[in-house]
Amino acid sequence: MPPDPALFRPGRRAVLGGLLGTLALTGCGALRSQPKVREWNLFGGGDGARLLQIHQQYVAEHPDVLFEAHTLAWGPPFYTKLAMSAAGGRAPEVATLHLSRLKGFSPTTMLDPIPVDLLADAGVTESDFLPTSWNRAVVDGKLYAVPLDTHPFVLYYNTEICQKAGLLGADGKIKTVKGVDAFLDMLKAVKDVTGKFGASVETTNPWRLWWTLYGQLEGKFFDETGTRLVLDDAKALEALTLMAKLAADGLTPRSSNYSALVAQFTNGDAGLSFNGEWEVTTYQTAKMPFSMAPFPVVYDVPKYAGDAHTFVLPHQSNRNKDDTKATVEYIAWMLKHSAEWAAGGHVPAYQPVAKSDEYLKLKPQAEYRSVAPDVLFDPDAWFSGSGAQLQNEAAAAFSGVFSGQATPKDALAQFKAATQKLLDTPSPV
Amino acid sequence: MAVETPPRVTAGTPSTTAKPETGQPWKERWGGLFFVAPFLLLFVLFMLWPIVSGLWNSFFNTSLAGVKQEFLGLQNWRDLFGDPAVWSSLKNTLVFTAMSTPPLVVIALVMALLANRKGLLGWLLRFSYFAPFVLPATVVTLIWVWIYQPGFGLVNGLLTAGGFTEIDWLNTENRAMLAVVITTVWWTVGFNFLLYLAALQGIPAQVYEAAAIDGANGRQQLFRITLPLLSRTTGLIVVLQLVASLKIFDQIYLMTTGGPNHATRPIIMYIYETGFTSYRIGYASAISYLFFAIIVIVAVAQFKLFSGRGEAE
Repeated sequence: MPPDPALFRPGRRAVLGGLLGTLALTGCGALRSQPKVREWNLFGGGDGARLLQIHQQYVAEHPDVLFEAHTLAWGPPFYTKLAMSAAGGRAPEVATLHLSRLKGFSPTTMLDPIPVDLLADAGVTESDFLPTSWNRAVVDGKLYAVPLDTHPFVLYYNTEICQKAGLLGADGKIKTVKGVDAFLDMLKAVKDVTGKFGASVETTNPWRLWWTLYGQLEGKFFDETGTRLVLDDAKALEALTLMAKLAADGLTPRSSNYSALVAQFTNGDAGLSFNGEWEVTTYQTAKMPFSMAPFPVVYDVPKYAGDAHTFVLPHQSNRNKDDTKATVEYIAWMLKHSAEWAAGGHVPAYQPVAKSDEYLKLKPQAEYRSVAPDVLFDPDAWFSGSGAQLQNEAAAAFSGVFSGQATPKDALAQFKAATQKLLDTPSPV
Repeated sequence: MAVETPPRVTAGTPSTTAKPETGQPWKERWGGLFFVAPFLLLFVLFMLWPIVSGLWNSFFNTSLAGVKQEFLGLQNWRDLFGDPAVWSSLKNTLVFTAMSTPPLVVIALVMALLANRKGLLGWLLRFSYFAPFVLPATVVTLIWVWIYQPGFGLVNGLLTAGGFTEIDWLNTENRAMLAVVITTVWWTVGFNFLLYLAALQGIPAQVYEAAAIDGANGRQQLFRITLPLLSRTTGLIVVLQLVASLKIFDQIYLMTTGGPNHATRPIIMYIYETGFTSYRIGYASAISYLFFAIIVIVAVAQFKLFSGRGEAE
C-alpha cells in the first residue's frame, strides 16, 4: 500500500538538517588518523604514463596512506597553479619542481624546508646524491628539494639509417664524434641517406641546443654575484652561426616545433634527433630501430644542457606532522624505485639506483648516463629555468636564426637586451 | 576583464508608472534586495573587489610569491610607458582586432543572407555555418595547427599542388597573425551569423511583397530594404565583436604561444606572463588597467555612435 505522500513530505528544516548531517558525516572522514599525501606533477608525456604505473605500486604497498596524484600541464600552467596554492598556504603535500626553477620559486616563502632528519630516517642522505645536484637543492643552508633525476640533452639516432650512413661502429653503437667538422660530416652523411634532414631539432625553442654549444665553448652567463650579464659575444655568435649553418645547409629543418621534432624522427625524415632524453617511451612504443648516446662534444669541453626533476614540499600554513612524515617516506620510496622511472629516459639522481644492475641493464637508457656530472643547468636567476621567461626570450630571439628571419648577430643583440631587461627588473621573489 | 555592454534602455520616454509611495511598508521597499542579494554578493566578491584590489595593487610591487610588498607610487605606471613589450603587445591586439572584425561582420552577413531560406538547403547551411562555434578553443586550435603544418598540412598541401611554395604559417612573423585571424573567423563567425539570421527573419514579408509590386528587383530590395533594416543589428554585432576581438588570448596562446619572436603576443598574454609566470602581480595590474581604459573608450565610443544613429531613425 503506497503511503500518503502528504505524510512523508519533508519540511524545509528536515531537508536542511539532513544536508548538514551528511556534511558533518563526510567532514568526519577528514578527521581520520590516516596520513594523506597529495602529489602534483607536470609529467604529461611518456614519463607521465610511467609515473602512473609506479604510483599504482606505491598505493598497493601503502594501503594506510591516502594518496592522490594530479598531473597538470607542463611549464607555466603547472608553476602558476603551484605558486598560487603555495602562496595561499593550501598547497598539496608534495610536488615536482625543476631544480633550475628552485631559486625563482621563492623557496623561503613558497616552499617548506625538507626535514632532513625524517629523510635520513627513511634511508636517504646527502651521500646518496652527486654533489652538483644536492648543492643546488640547498638554499640559505636549508634543503628545499630532493633530486629525483637528471635529464640531459642527448643524441637520438635511428640505427637503420645510421648503419646505411656508415656511422655505426662494430658494436652497433654510433661512433663518437668530436669537433665541428666531424659533427657536420655526420649530419651530412645522414642527410644523404634520408634525403631530407640530418637531425630533427625544436627550432621554435632552440635554447637547449644553444646552451649546450655555448657551454661546450666554456661561455659564462652571469658574473659571480649573479647580477651582471657577462655573455661572451664571440662564443655566443659562434654557437648561433653553427645553428644558422645547420638550417641553411638543410641539415636540420628551418622550422619545426616540438611535435614536429618527434614526428620527423619517428617517420624517418631525420636520422638523428637533438632533444632531451624523455621521448624514449614514445619511440619504443612506435617500435623504431633507435638508440641513444651523449650529445657530441662539438667544441672544447663536454657540457650538456639539462635540468633535474625534484620533489619539494610546497608551503602549507598548517602542516600536519603525520602527513609530512608520510610525504617524506613517499619521496624516499620513489627514489628507491627510480629504476622504473629511469626506464622513461631520466638518469636517476639517487646513486644506489644509478649504480644498480637494474638500471645499467636498461638499453638505451643507460647509454648516456656518463654525462650526468657534466649537465649544465640554466643560469641562476629568478627568471631562469625550464619554461621560465629567459627560455621564452631565447626562443623568441633564436628561432629566427633557424628560419633565416634573423642573423645570428641580430638574434644575439635581441636576446642580450631581453636578458638585461629581466636583470633590471626588481626580483619579485 | 570582461566588459559587457550595458543593456540598451529602450523606454527613453518618462515612464508613466507611479513612484513607490513613501508610506510603503519596509518589507515591500527592501524585499527586492533580498532577492538580488545572492547575485550581489557574487558580483561584489568576484567583480567589484578584484577591480578595486587590482587598482590598489598597481601602486605596489605585489608579488605572487607572497614576499612583503612595498608601496611604489606611480613607479609601475612610469615603467609601463617605457616598456616596449607593452606597446608591441598592445599593437598586436589592435592589429588582430582590425584584421578580424571586418570579415567577422561581413562574412556573417553574407552567410545569413545565403542561409535565410526554407527547405533542406537552408537547414544544411544554417547547421554548417554555426557548427564550428560550438567547438571548444582547444579542439579548434588543434585542428588548425595541423592544417597549417608545413610538410603534411592541408593548406600547404593545396599550395604545393597548385604550384606555389609552402608557407610556414605559424612560424613566419608576418603570416602568423593572419593564420590566427583565419582560424578565428572560421570558429566564431557562426555567432554573428546567428544574430544576423534572427534579424533577417524579423523583417516582415509584406515589406518585400510591397517592394516587389512596386517593381524593385532583388538587388534594390537588398540595398534599400534589407541592409537598412539590419543596421541596428550591425551596430550591435560590431560592438560585441570589437570587445571580443580585443580580448584575444586563447587561440594565440594555444597556436603560437605569442611567437614567432613575440609577433602575435597579445596584451592579455603579456599581462599573464608578467603576473603569473614572473609573479609580478603589481606591474601586471597596472598594464591591465591601461588595457581596461582602452576597452572602455572603445565601448563608450561605439555606444555613443550606435545610440546616436538609433535616435535619428
